[in-house]
Amino acid sequence: MTDIAWIELALTAARPQALGALLRYFRDLDTAEEAFQEACLRAIRTWPDKGPPRDPAAWLIFVGRNSGVDQIRKRAKNQPLPEEAAFSDLSDAEEDIADRLDNAHYRDDILRLMFICCHPDLPNTQQIALALRIVCGLTVQQIARAFLVSESAMEQRITRAKGRVAKAQRGEGAVGFETPDVHERNARLQTVASMVYLVFNEGYSSGIGNPDSAAFCDEAIRLSRLLLRIFPAEPEMMGLSALMLLQHSRAGSRFDEAGQIVLLEDQDRGRWDRRLIDEALAMLDKAIRHRKPGPYQVQAAISALHARVASPSDTDWGEITLLYELLEKLSPSPVVSLNRAVALSKLKGADAALELIEPLAEKLDGYFYFHGVRGGLLMQTGRSDEARIAFDRAITLANSPAECAHIRMQLDRLGAGAGAGGG
Amino acid sequence: MLYAILCYAHEETVFAWSKEEEATVMEKLQAVQAPLAKAGRLGPVGRLMPTTAATTVRKGRDEPLVLDGPFAETKEVLLGFYTAEFDSLDDAVAFSKELSAVNPGSSSYEIRPFYVFHPNEIKTAEGGSS
Repeated sequence: MTDIAWIELALTAARPQALGALLRYFRDLDTAEEAFQEACLRAIRTWPDKGPPRDPAAWLIFVGRNSGVDQIRKRAKNQPLPEEAAFSDLSDAEEDIADRLDNAHYRDDILRLMFICCHPDLPNTQQIALALRIVCGLTVQQIARAFLVSESAMEQRITRAKGRVAKAQRGEGAVGFETPDVHERNARLQTVASMVYLVFNEGYSSGIGNPDSAAFCDEAIRLSRLLLRIFPAEPEMMGLSALMLLQHSRAGSRFDEAGQIVLLEDQDRGRWDRRLIDEALAMLDKAIRHRKPGPYQVQAAISALHARVASPSDTDWGEITLLYELLEKLSPSPVVSLNRAVALSKLKGADAALELIEPLAEKLDGYFYFHGVRGGLLMQTGRSDEARIAFDRAITLANSPAECAHIRMQLDRLGAGAGAGGG
Repeated sequence: MLYAILCYAHEETVFAWSKEEEATVMEKLQAVQAPLAKAGRLGPVGRLMPTTAATTVRKGRDEPLVLDGPFAETKEVLLGFYTAEFDSLDDAVAFSKELSAVNPGSSSYEIRPFYVFHPNEIKTAEGGSS
């Protein structure tokens, strides 16, 4: 690794804390970003000679703050009327220098920065793009490639998202800059956790054939570790972290060489990443000690039951079914019920599962997996004609060529099976 | 004398390494350790999971407290350790300097002589993983 590569890593690592503090000083995302950018440029100029500072984030905050203040002063000179608000913010900033070193604010700074990126006015894709750009520091080009859009289109999308955030910050319900109380902090943490999972899922679902978006998974895991370091006793954050680590541990075996989906039971478990699994199991053990179950912990526990056994035939479907029941109680949704049905089919057969999913038909009619699962269950019970109709419906709803190909394969099996039965 | 060499680093930076960067560093570290291992003077070497996976048991007034995370909130955390036998502190320092030269993530190595308390061996499937 070269000096510059190393400095860039250090800058990326310090980014959320430094940018979060600068946002608190300047109360404006663009000003904070500019100030951070300027501090980074100076770091690249001076660190190779003088060596990196002991606390890169503190250095960047200090240098960034000064350069931001300079910018505001320059701008103020060029304007006929100095902005009162800008100067009152600056006096806050002067006072805040004192706590620059004691880090009293830093976890709220990071949380606020992330929270602002997932404003409820923003659609999911914009939340993801904004978080990757602002918190993770990915370039617009990297994000554009992952979303398969042009760089200028992504630039526009991010600018628009920032505009919405800025507008929201001027209106009612703006994100406050004072230290949040316990309830506010918890609410922010929950929102941010789901944004992190959104980032992960974007990478997870479109990862194949697109390494740019596969990198989102690593970013999401990095964000969850960051959140855990600043909120070390939050069992749901541990659960989310464990869940993502477990899902990511299978990244190398979820698709075959031709890019076809490999189902969990057919995956080569020797290729699962043991290091990620071990870390996830450690996280989950810690979470469970708190005796405060939540949806992420339960999903991680389900995933862990797969990771713990060497062969799919050893899977504890009884325990998995119970965990899905618990998940249904904690966060009821037809998709969770659908997953419970799959587990139940392994335990009690396809008929029991079909009975469970029939009432979901209306709610999940537009959902690819529903028809895929239903087709599979119907196939198992020998109702080939109905299975074919379900698979056909699934194909029209497939989200990717790989999903489409997977259902085609099922249809082929159905054809072969019917032929053998008839002959 | 037996020494434990404790590697401290900025966790955020080390866990931001890409797979390739990580592999390169590990390979170089392996090369530094190889002569010691060959001479039969290298003991267990451990890589610690992130501090987020850590739990601390701390003496409380009555019952010990079980806390999430590492003992103290510091910028630099213990990321891994080596155990080895050296003829002198100078040799241990030289070895640590070699490690430091190939590991851009490390910020310091603490060299602590130790006594063998129990030369136990862990005999599980996990014990052998690196």
